[in-house]
Amino acid sequence: MARKITFSQAINEALSQEMARDETVIVMGEDNAGGAGSPGEQDAWGGVLGVTKGLFHKYPGRVLDTPLSEGGYIGAAVGAAACGMRPVAELMFIDFMGVCFDQIFNQAAKFRYMFGGKAVTPVVIRAMQGAGLRAAAQHSQMLTSLFTHIPGLKVVCPSTPYDAKGLLIQAIRDNDPVIFCEHKLLYGREGDVPEESYAIPFGEANVVREGNDATIVTYGRMVHYATEAAEKLTKDGIDVEVIDLRTTSPLDEETILESAERTGRVVVVDEANPRCSMATDISALIAQRAFHSLKAPIEMVTAPHTPTPFAGVLEDMYIPSAQQIADAVLKVRG
Amino acid sequence: MPIHMITMPKWGLSMEHGQVNGWLKAIGDRVAKGDEILDVETDKIASGVECAFDGILRRQIAQEGDTLAVGTLLAVVADAEAGEAEIDAAVEAFQRDFVPASAEAGESGPQPEKAQIGGRTVRYLKLGEGGTPAVLIHGFGGDLNNWLFNHADLAAHRTVWALDLPGHGESGKAVESGSAQELADAVIAFMDERGIERAHLIGHSMGALVAMTVADQAPTRIASLSLISGAGLGKEINGAYINGFTEGSNRNALKPQLAKLFADPSLVTRQLVEDIVKYKRLEGVQEALRKIAASAFEGDAQRAGYRDRLAGLAPRVLVIWGEGDQIIPASHAQGLPGEVRVHVLEGKGHMVQMEAASEVNRLLNEFLEG
Repeated sequence: MARKITFSQAINEALSQEMARDETVIVMGEDNAGGAGSPGEQDAWGGVLGVTKGLFHKYPGRVLDTPLSEGGYIGAAVGAAACGMRPVAELMFIDFMGVCFDQIFNQAAKFRYMFGGKAVTPVVIRAMQGAGLRAAAQHSQMLTSLFTHIPGLKVVCPSTPYDAKGLLIQAIRDNDPVIFCEHKLLYGREGDVPEESYAIPFGEANVVREGNDATIVTYGRMVHYATEAAEKLTKDGIDVEVIDLRTTSPLDEETILESAERTGRVVVVDEANPRCSMATDISALIAQRAFHSLKAPIEMVTAPHTPTPFAGVLEDMYIPSAQQIADAVLKVRG
Repeated sequence: MPIHMITMPKWGLSMEHGQVNGWLKAIGDRVAKGDEILDVETDKIASGVECAFDGILRRQIAQEGDTLAVGTLLAVVADAEAGEAEIDAAVEAFQRDFVPASAEAGESGPQPEKAQIGGRTVRYLKLGEGGTPAVLIHGFGGDLNNWLFNHADLAAHRTVWALDLPGHGESGKAVESGSAQELADAVIAFMDERGIERAHLIGHSMGALVAMTVADQAPTRIASLSLISGAGLGKEINGAYINGFTEGSNRNALKPQLAKLFADPSLVTRQLVEDIVKYKRLEGVQEALRKIAASAFEGDAQRAGYRDRLAGLAPRVLVIWGEGDQIIPASHAQGLPGEVRVHVLEGKGHMVQMEAASEVNRLLNEFLEG
């Protein structure tokens, strides 16, 4: 376990190991090919941020560069999955998902149900999301909850390199369509990752730290801010539990409720906009199922209900901060 | 009159910091060599820091709750005659010169290595030089880190190797039948490959069964056998533990199992559980563990053992047990042949080499030297 690699290397390694294990696994997307010495025009980035670098040569014919047409290649990936392949399609920015909602919401998500369980659609759609890259309103959204809303989709949002590898391997092996959300500011983050292959089951939240005074429920990049806030609060003698959902669909309700019942004080942190978000969903879950254990109203820390600002100073204010999270914990502590 | 500095110990290669959990001795208390004077918790395990000197606890430098780098001054032990000013001067001198080792410096120390042996990856760690070498063999579901508190101490006097058995740690996960014979063959192949002609074998739990199988197979290669909470010395084993460990895949399932390994279940830290969960997720681990368990155990019984032939297996045999062992009963240490040296440590559990590290190290060092 001594080896440290980045979040993007962990994703690359998961893809590579699954491609080696199962020849039905293919990769497709815009600028996915190339990198690492590919000749001529093929020497592209390996994806817009280099995540698929090197796979084109390692697995000839199985990394497909597609036209700039999400509606086309996401549909192709869904069709290929229905026909026995295990495609991993990279959609670059999750913000572009709108042009292929029919393929995802109305086709991929429905096949198993509408064919009475006789059809499977083992497609993975990888997309980067989240604010903080100074990429403006059309390239910065957190859309996890949008996909979580749709029955038939599984939705993953890893926070560490270790989780990214294990969850992507699980996503590829899963027979349902999986939306794999990668926060763009996590790509460079390093962590211990085993060289060997491993799968992390869906619907199993990670208790990042244990505590009895309050519970923070969160996912994605906010896990690190929540941990920072919790560490800050430890110095004041406040012992905070931090739960990383890892997957928003399926959702590990048991871990959330067990913790909420034990601490009675809950802060839900979501980088997404506040209405109809994971924050509201989890707050509702706790309010409905653990109401009598609550010692204070649930607090939510989210982005405001506005598009992501382009101005750096405003974008920084838009993203929930460790300080806001710590303040929210102090508020529920009363 | 000597003034002794008690500093944050380094337990294992990866330890950089420890958190002070509490003091076990008060200022003015008389302390003897071997007494635990404070509790420290690392990201792997909690344990007591022992005093290496006789004297009086004169200063508690570290505060409860502090997280401190390895080597940081924790306490001062000195005779009654040592003057207060003298102690203050010694503390001041220590603090002035103290530079905490950086994380990078920590990584430049000996690291586990990997070799391809018999078509299989084997991870091992070699510490120390010279003497008759010793080989440490961990138990079921363990790895070379189970010797975290022992390896360096034993290596002060000889070369000490620790390896990950097939199916374990970072060694290759594939096993054929998973029998003790197959694991013993892997140990012999490892010894061949590393040029270890003859060695003291030190095995914990199932590793003890493997060590005895090696001794049975290749008696000339064995200088001595040290069997800690060993399988292969009696009939009973906690089948619920073996099954729970093998089949459990998440924290909630594994934590209660791991608690059975220690007499003091609070020693099972979050990180320890997390490390086991991560190991259990690795491809091939569950399959390997199922085979190994099925081959060695059946329900609450061990399939085979060497109890009746123990004295003849090696020139010298040492048996150590934790009295409160919940996995393999310490009663297996009773009634062994007279020439076998037996120590049962009160109030300790199955992982006695971790829970009573310095006592076990002392017993092992004495035995290996004798």
